[in-house]
Amino acid sequence: MELKEEQTQNGSAPGAEVPPLRQIVVESETVPIRVGDYAGPPDPEYGREPWQLNAGLDSDPIWVEERMRTEALSIAYGGKVAVSAVDLEVNSGEVLALIGPSGCGKTTLLRSLNRLVELTPAARRTGRIILDNQDVDTFDVTRLRSRVGMLFQQPNPFPMSIFDNVAYGLRERGSKKPRRKQLEPIVVDALERAGLWDEVSSNLNHPALALSGGQQQRLCIARSLAVSPEVLLLDEPCSALDPISTGIIEETIVELRNEVAIVIVTHNLQQAARIADRVAFMYLGDMVEYGPAGQVFGAPREARTQEYVGGGFG
Amino acid sequence: MSIDVRTAAPGPRPNPERPAPGAPVKLPGTGGQQQTGWSIGDRIGLAAAWFCGISLCVAAVAIVGFMAWKGVQYLHLEMLTSSPEASLDQSTSGGFLDPLVGTLILTLIGVGIAIPVGVGIAVWLTEYGRPAGLARLVESGVEIVAGTPSIVLAIFGLLVFQQSFMGVFSFTAEGGAVFGRSFLTAGSMMALIALPLVIGATREALHSIPRHVREASYALGKDKASTIRRVLLPSARSGIATGATLGMGRICGDTAIVVVLLGASMQTTPEEGFGGLLRGTGSTLTSYVYNNSPSGEGNAPEKAYAAAFVLLMIVLLLNFAVGLIGKRNKPQWN
Amino acid sequence: MEAASLNNVEVQAPDLDIDRTDRRVELLLGALASTILLLIAGMILFVLIKALPSFTHNGLAWFGAGGSVDDQLMDIFNSPADPADYVYHLRAWPLLYATVLITGVAVVISVVFSVLSAIFIVEFAPDRLRRIIEPVVKLLAAVPSVIYGLIGILVVVPFVAHHLISEDRKESVAYVIQLDGTSILVGIFILTVMICPIMIAIIVDALRSVPDKWVEGAAALGVNRWRAMRTVSLRAIRPAIVAALVLATARALGEAIMLSMVAGSVGFAPNPMDGFTFFLEPARPLASTIVDNAEGLSVVPFGQTMYAFAAILLISSAFLSFAGWAARKSFSRYTLGAR
Repeated sequence: MELKEEQTQNGSAPGAEVPPLRQIVVESETVPIRVGDYAGPPDPEYGREPWQLNAGLDSDPIWVEERMRTEALSIAYGGKVAVSAVDLEVNSGEVLALIGPSGCGKTTLLRSLNRLVELTPAARRTGRIILDNQDVDTFDVTRLRSRVGMLFQQPNPFPMSIFDNVAYGLRERGSKKPRRKQLEPIVVDALERAGLWDEVSSNLNHPALALSGGQQQRLCIARSLAVSPEVLLLDEPCSALDPISTGIIEETIVELRNEVAIVIVTHNLQQAARIADRVAFMYLGDMVEYGPAGQVFGAPREARTQEYVGGGFG
Repeated sequence: MSIDVRTAAPGPRPNPERPAPGAPVKLPGTGGQQQTGWSIGDRIGLAAAWFCGISLCVAAVAIVGFMAWKGVQYLHLEMLTSSPEASLDQSTSGGFLDPLVGTLILTLIGVGIAIPVGVGIAVWLTEYGRPAGLARLVESGVEIVAGTPSIVLAIFGLLVFQQSFMGVFSFTAEGGAVFGRSFLTAGSMMALIALPLVIGATREALHSIPRHVREASYALGKDKASTIRRVLLPSARSGIATGATLGMGRICGDTAIVVVLLGASMQTTPEEGFGGLLRGTGSTLTSYVYNNSPSGEGNAPEKAYAAAFVLLMIVLLLNFAVGLIGKRNKPQWN
Repeated sequence: MEAASLNNVEVQAPDLDIDRTDRRVELLLGALASTILLLIAGMILFVLIKALPSFTHNGLAWFGAGGSVDDQLMDIFNSPADPADYVYHLRAWPLLYATVLITGVAVVISVVFSVLSAIFIVEFAPDRLRRIIEPVVKLLAAVPSVIYGLIGILVVVPFVAHHLISEDRKESVAYVIQLDGTSILVGIFILTVMICPIMIAIIVDALRSVPDKWVEGAAALGVNRWRAMRTVSLRAIRPAIVAALVLATARALGEAIMLSMVAGSVGFAPNPMDGFTFFLEPARPLASTIVDNAEGLSVVPFGQTMYAFAAILLISSAFLSFAGWAARKSFSRYTLGAR
């Protein structure tokens, strides 16, 4: 899968100064997989698979360490079990993609990582979630959510100005309101990291809802980044966006990987292949396979994974 | 290029000045670390919300319970079937059949005028609305009517209906002075109270009809007028009914217009001639309650409580009807 | 090529015959809608013209204080029959003061109480309680004011008279006013009880319509429920809060019967220097004055004075609608209709 840029000439008006059209061709017949190079025997100390991570991406080598993990995590809505006994490890410096068919519990699993699933009254949870070797139930849920940020399927900027949106998380967490001057560098930094600064630097006081969908989603990324999370949860962040915005967001995600552990739920296998370092495949609430992206896509161990990434799943 | 991450040394952070991920953001002047959780102000606010909510519940229970208790205590069935009598003794001052009927008549006149006018205005605003400036003006006009105190509407009505050419609506004295007070005059001012509610609910209902329904009708070759009559208005029926019911509630509960425009007698007193009842004066439950309270002339609190209870039951029924209409008849477009 | 062919499409003039019935309906409905403008114009014009003599005879002093307003009204009512001798002398300050005081205090208390109660109902109330309280609030919003007035005068006024007004307190102001329990305190209290359900019903509906994604977005940033409510939901529904405020203020401003029952119906300006006794002193706002004197409207100068009160109410309620519109407009800058 790759994006091809083709320039087409506008034939109807020869000689006229028509800007070339950028045509994006998305090839999605089959999923081209980059299999990582085998780099040696498994390392007993780390217990990791020797598959090369971050295959094909030109980035500096980064330190990978565990940030978050779940132990036998199960979630049920009423009597319906959405996630059953899942053990998941989230590492910093990596993008972890949760893939699987609709209704397999990916989003529920994601939303449970910052206990947002508890906003649904019927949801019940068992099992443990551990952040930096600390059970998340032992500290305040607001503290957890400020350490584990989240981005939603639909961009959801607040009905405020762009600046107020990014500053929101910083302003509304303490008892003292910081002044705008103190917030400014953090807001600017967050917007820069989300790749939005160049587009909005001149109109920080404009309504956020006037931005385009892709810009709104990047604004939401900036809003999450402003509070310096350790983990960023992305729930199909590109499903409501056009291919160009999707491309920009993906770039942003890959860059952010250096600083934050990223978990992304996606229906789009190409997207997972493009940006993920590690992939977890879920099916009917079970975690079927978990491993480096190259291995899951290139040499899946489970038949169900094989079928799904091969496009055979319903 | 192949990098084994397990052995690669940690790369430099892109921006060394940026706080490490997970480290609390440090803001100058806020005591360093950002707090999370519940600040003192938050706790006070939460406590205040609980306090207000609980006192609301207590007040609601107290009001409804008190009125129900007094109603059961003082309401006798014969009160509903006997007319008020001029008597200082509460046991012989009769019932409130006349006010009950008066409330009914006034409500019917009020919504009878408000529904056609309100629906017409709502249709014009949503379906035509040209010129836009006029539509804007009409919209703010409706808002002004909604905000005008009923006592102002009442004495404005008196002013209008005391003009000599308005004599047909009420009673003309021998000198040619027009009395200006009757069920008709009070009812038409009551229509103004209900009008904004009917317009609002109808507009909302019309707005909620998706465009494809209109387009389907046009595609069948119908013009706008018949689309409105045959498609839009039937679909907006429940909205119109909701507005009318809300309007009835307001009309039942209004006192100022009754006191000013319906005369002071407790008994219904029809005029002679055609439509005498409507041109005559009378009373409603609200004016009955007012007049039998210590501030009125009657001072018969038991009667006042009983009538207030009946009034409350009417309002309760209307409220229930609004809920039912909203639930039952809403057309499902999707 | 395509553009050129587009240019060649002939635009046909619409066939007016087909549209004729349609046009008639449009005109008819448009005329109907315009009558409401005529009505308002007529109302403002009629009331102002009728009110004019009272204003012109007193000038700006009409709004000032001086003498007993009730005595002045009595003199106007007892004017000689000769139009040349009509009495118009009036200093309406006590009535204006009572209107602003009772409405203002009740509305301020109600806004705070209603917003907090609405938050409680939507966000914090247990499910079972919420299911009961919501319809009850809607019912209370529809309860006629005369019922509140009845409860006020038969329950609250006697309570105040027996428990809050001691003999000493009565004597302390006996030279200006009699305290019998009917007071601005009861007036404000009952008015607050009356307008709160109206505001709560509107604010609860508005809070319900705030998209979940905003509340979730705030929660995902580590903001607690109260803060999320206050900083996102409440901010987003500010236009609805203003609408509720305008509606409730209009109701309070125009409340005549209930206040005439419980607030004393005396043209007296309570004196804030009296300490707590201030709240126990009676007063009578404009609307109550009109309804109390509805029988005297046929006495020409007296009627004109009453229409002057009505004119003040009419102008202030029209101004209120306008202020509400302007406030809603400025608040919806960031919302952009995204609800």
